[in-house]
Amino acid sequence: MNAANTRDLLLKGGRIVDPSQGLDAVGDVLLRNGKVEACGGSIGTPDGAEVMDCSGLVVSPGMIDVHVHLREPGREDVETIKTGAHSAAAGGFTGVCAMPNTKPVTDNQATVGFVKRQGEAAGYARVYPYGAISLGQKGETLAELGEMVGAGAVAFSDDGRPVESAHLMRTALEYARTFNVPVAEHCEDMSLARGGSMNEGVMSARLGLKGIPAEAEEIYVIRDILLAKRTGGHIHMCHLSTRGSVELVRWGKERGINVTAEVCSHHISLTESEVEGYNTNAKMNPPLRTQSDIDALQEGLADGTIDLLVTDHAPHHYDEKEREFADAPNGIVGLETALGVNCTWLLKPGVISISQMVDRMSCLQAKIFHLPGGTLRAGSIGDVTVFDPTREWTVNPANFKSKGRNTPYGGRTLVGQAIATVVGGRVVYRLPT
Amino acid sequence: MKGILGKDLLGLEQLTAEQINVVLDTATPLKEISLRQIKKVPTLRGMTIVNLFFEASTRTRISFEFAEKRLSADTVNVASSGSSVSKGETLVDTARNLEAMKIDMVVIRHPASGAAKFLAERIESNVINAGDGMHEHPTQGLLDLLTLRDRFGDLKGRRICIVGDVLHSRVARSNIWGLTKLGAEVAVCGPRSLLPNAIEEMGVTVFQRIEEAIEWAEALNILRLQLERMEAGYIPSQREYNRVFGVTRERLERAPRELLILHPGPMNRGVEIDSDVADGPHSVILDQVTNGVAIRMAVLYLLSGGRPEQAIVAKAGVA
Repeated sequence: MNAANTRDLLLKGGRIVDPSQGLDAVGDVLLRNGKVEACGGSIGTPDGAEVMDCSGLVVSPGMIDVHVHLREPGREDVETIKTGAHSAAAGGFTGVCAMPNTKPVTDNQATVGFVKRQGEAAGYARVYPYGAISLGQKGETLAELGEMVGAGAVAFSDDGRPVESAHLMRTALEYARTFNVPVAEHCEDMSLARGGSMNEGVMSARLGLKGIPAEAEEIYVIRDILLAKRTGGHIHMCHLSTRGSVELVRWGKERGINVTAEVCSHHISLTESEVEGYNTNAKMNPPLRTQSDIDALQEGLADGTIDLLVTDHAPHHYDEKEREFADAPNGIVGLETALGVNCTWLLKPGVISISQMVDRMSCLQAKIFHLPGGTLRAGSIGDVTVFDPTREWTVNPANFKSKGRNTPYGGRTLVGQAIATVVGGRVVYRLPT
Repeated sequence: MKGILGKDLLGLEQLTAEQINVVLDTATPLKEISLRQIKKVPTLRGMTIVNLFFEASTRTRISFEFAEKRLSADTVNVASSGSSVSKGETLVDTARNLEAMKIDMVVIRHPASGAAKFLAERIESNVINAGDGMHEHPTQGLLDLLTLRDRFGDLKGRRICIVGDVLHSRVARSNIWGLTKLGAEVAVCGPRSLLPNAIEEMGVTVFQRIEEAIEWAEALNILRLQLERMEAGYIPSQREYNRVFGVTRERLERAPRELLILHPGPMNRGVEIDSDVADGPHSVILDQVTNGVAIRMAVLYLLSGGRPEQAIVAKAGVA
């Protein structure tokens, strides 16, 4: 992604929303040599510059998603880093963090380096590798975190395999302090959740599916908050899904504990009722919960208890989802619908402001994960998202750049869509007109 | 051709009280066929039915097979062992292959909840759910309703308690839907670890103690306690289960009235039900089995497009 010799790009006349500088005003953004040359006010067109008319559109620092699964190495049949990064760009994302549940597991510097290089070679959104906390995500032996940071890892997580040993999690939180990187947890007590395939409640009782109680998540949330308190390490809570989790994170933040949290677009928009009829495209982990949980998660986003909006983008093969509900894999694709879902369920009804949305999809992502970008300040990397928060469009999974088609939003009309995605001053995606 | 039940019978949740009563009314005259010396009518002659069993079953499979044969259908049994299923073929591929051989109906038993619906949405043939995971077992629910109706007449206001492992029981779910739709009062009783957390929201009363359930109920439907529940740690032991929740003669003798005793089988004598209760004067357990064949005949007949008012004619062998 060497952008040193690209043409200047002038984003003309858009509404610049950049909470990192408290900016929300119509103006121009000039990108030069892969960086932001100038931001705000009226900027004259330099010789030879490409001009993009952004009037009526929002220009924001590039959106980042710190929770995606790109499946490479190991499951290139369902997604590659290239198709995943392309999907990200098409959704308006300029950067993504790739979870380490690959085959082999991204638990060493060689694999971390591979993921990073594949991302660079793809030339779409930037790809930042996650490293595993433990070797093979087995929850036994601490992986070589230091070497992985050296190779480009930006955070650590055992992803879908919660760290069962409190001792190992404590050690990881302490050890990671040296490198100033977050340790992220998929919060789930497996002894409560094992065999479960949806939220536990009257719906699971009715459908005869084993449920996953909210407490399976919340027990790990409070455990890890207490471990962060003990160690001073930075715990990041992946994809929170319950009202109780929001309350616990709020409790931790009020006490100054170093805890940050994310929520997926599907968890702030859809309830467990999507599972009706055994719809495997509504099967994910954590599962879709209830309206009361959605209300609490949205409240958490508005008051800052929840820092980030993510996707947990998880492509699966059609055949894998086309089976009995309990046997189908967890997860949905999200990169190409997230902006629309967030605009439809959060921005349009006024749950959060546009500045808050950009903050939670861009600025805070960069800040919490110590990534470049998340701002349009002069001198920053030239990663920009141009989007139309009011544009209506209908989700057609056949048009996804991702190899995955597994989405519960197929056929739905969303409001809000990326118009152009700029990475390092170069347009990597433009919505076909 | 779509009959009054629609294309498939997947559960009792989707049926109306009227549809349920039609099945029961249709089954009643069909009972007589099984009492004849020549237990066969030509109603489904020329139809091909596949009994697709992905889970071990003796009673339900045989009951369906008798029902099919007494209506003159051609039947094939496919069990999970010895078929392509054990070679890792997906459910949808298995079904499509069967359908490519031009069949009319599939009776499916499967360990996954929703499997019957999954199949029904993907093939043209009628699908009958013979038990899907922990979800529903509609023909069992219907035969329980018929057995109760034979004794009680109208079920409105009658008090029925389902006893035991409701959490894992498809029989319980089908019974809850069927009984509540016909206006009965439904309760469940069992260890809380074997009742769904949100069971009250399904419109049933919960009794913590079997003694209270017996005092309240007019009939008990006693579920089989699966051995694997002990292994999974839901209850401490069979022995303790019998001591706390077992339906014993001693407990029944203290009841203010005589209770009808149902059990979907197979029974664990001395665990959830004592032998002198199972074999006692108020047990209708074998009536359930007899009614099972008639209910399945009625369902096959109605799904094949048969008209309920012609069931008598079907019985005579003219339809």
